[in-house]
Amino acid sequence: MMLLFMFACSSESKKRSEQRKFGFPEKPDETDWPTSFGFGEEADEALIKKWNISIAPDGKGLPAGRGSAEQGAPIYQAKCASCHGPKGWDGPFDQLVINDAAKAKTIGNYWPYATTVFDYIRRAMPYNAPGSLSNEEVYQLTAFLLYANGIVDQHEEVNAETLPKIEMPARKLFVPDDRKGGREVR
Amino acid sequence: MLGGAAALGLVLVQDSFGKVVQEAKPLFDVPKDPTKILGVPPGSLGTRSPFEQPQKIPSITSSRTPLQQLFGTITPSDLHFERNHGGVPLIDPEKYELVIHGMVKKPMRFTLQDLKRFPSFTRICFIECSGNFRTGKAELTPQEICGLTSQSEWTGVMLSTIFREVGVDPKATWFLAEGNDAAVMTRSIPIEKAYEDAMLVYAQNGEALRPEQGYPLRLLLPGWEGNTQIKWIRRIELADQPFMTREETSKYSENIAGGKIRQFSFLMDARSMITFPSYPLQIQKGWVEIRGIAWSGRGKITAVEVSTDEGKSWQTAALQEPVLSKAHTAFRLLWHWNGKPTVIMSRAIDESGYYQPSYKELVLARESKGGYHFNPITAWEIKNDGSVWLVNDRS
Repeated sequence: MMLLFMFACSSESKKRSEQRKFGFPEKPDETDWPTSFGFGEEADEALIKKWNISIAPDGKGLPAGRGSAEQGAPIYQAKCASCHGPKGWDGPFDQLVINDAAKAKTIGNYWPYATTVFDYIRRAMPYNAPGSLSNEEVYQLTAFLLYANGIVDQHEEVNAETLPKIEMPARKLFVPDDRKGGREVR
Repeated sequence: MLGGAAALGLVLVQDSFGKVVQEAKPLFDVPKDPTKILGVPPGSLGTRSPFEQPQKIPSITSSRTPLQQLFGTITPSDLHFERNHGGVPLIDPEKYELVIHGMVKKPMRFTLQDLKRFPSFTRICFIECSGNFRTGKAELTPQEICGLTSQSEWTGVMLSTIFREVGVDPKATWFLAEGNDAAVMTRSIPIEKAYEDAMLVYAQNGEALRPEQGYPLRLLLPGWEGNTQIKWIRRIELADQPFMTREETSKYSENIAGGKIRQFSFLMDARSMITFPSYPLQIQKGWVEIRGIAWSGRGKITAVEVSTDEGKSWQTAALQEPVLSKAHTAFRLLWHWNGKPTVIMSRAIDESGYYQPSYKELVLARESKGGYHFNPITAWEIKNDGSVWLVNDRS
């Protein structure tokens, strides 16, 4: 019985096994795949809206709201200064504000896009209470940090229209990856 | 090597004068003759020998793999390095969903069960953090120098399989990957990588992903810097531009020559590390098998060269087969140490023809003394007494 079964098996798979050489492929063989497997469901607008917090450098995705440095200063002192320092360069964690005495990478000398400041604060800050700030507060803090770095004025309004237009000092320094393998050290 | 000592713990005891002192005491009983006492019955989970205590070295943001204590090329899952930006989240696999939207024909949501129904694929590759270089003193172990690299066998579904299912707009050039952690970590990835070899993986070394590696699902981008391989992934958005998130602008970019800042440097260049002998070991005169690992994000390692005379001459090391693409590859070279002080080092060569550079070459090329993607040759000084010390590049 067993022998018969094995015989049947081997004759059936003979054709395929003769062609196959086993290596270490980096993707599966898709030859016999259908156009669609039909797994998963369509995601409705409401779900996408709930999860989509992306902000593009051209401002796409920025919510309604506005803020100035003046409004952001007290929020910064209450919610950010314990980690980043009252001045933005004198805290135990990442330095955010340019200080001539140090060569640290800050928003003022290293961040190439102002939209990133809003996006990052909204998604991940404060460290001990991520996602707890309102869009209005995030605009105010963004304005404050840009002001502290000498990029906007104290009373300047920052909103979805103005933020992507702000020119960041470090932008011109950024270049794409130029490494290509081979002997050249880059 | 120090197996016996691992079984010892420090306890407070009173000496003969009544003074409280610390003393080493065995933490468990070791039978004199294991053939004369019944052993432990089968259990529901395996254990490590109590004599073996490999440990990661944690900091507040990362924890490092003990490369010098490993054999072969697979990192035991509980010793895989960690780097997270908002701690390790606890995610219920029953409630888990992945949403894919943006420039697609049909925005979709997938449960973990949905994703596991698709044709699966398994591959072995390393994941390395691009900030994986330390120097500055002679007393550094391989774990401290570059312990932010680990290797696993990963299983999941090809990202291209999922992209077929949602129907990606041909005009899409990038996709955003977003995590479900407290940092809601995001990176923009060029779409070509999705069709090259990107995966969404749910298993690591034969079991579900560890929480520290992204349970229940992570992005796997073989050969690319670890930060791009978003753990706990919850959302993918197809777009026609990168999003310029914090992790791809102010972090994971590096200063290079001419005062420029290099961005989107995804690929991990070839590197090698002699893990034996290394600090803080002491070797004896005679035969020593020099051992280590080499890896490249560009493909296969084609050779590892080892020098035992401070770089004056180089010998080709043996590579353990199979040599896999974008994978830690074990190398070894049998060496007879004559007892005289010397320096040993290794350099990796990959299939693109890349030669792992020295620290000086990197500093010269980049006008920078460190930062992301620093992969210099590591050299070990061997002194008269056989003690091994890191050659401090910054001395």
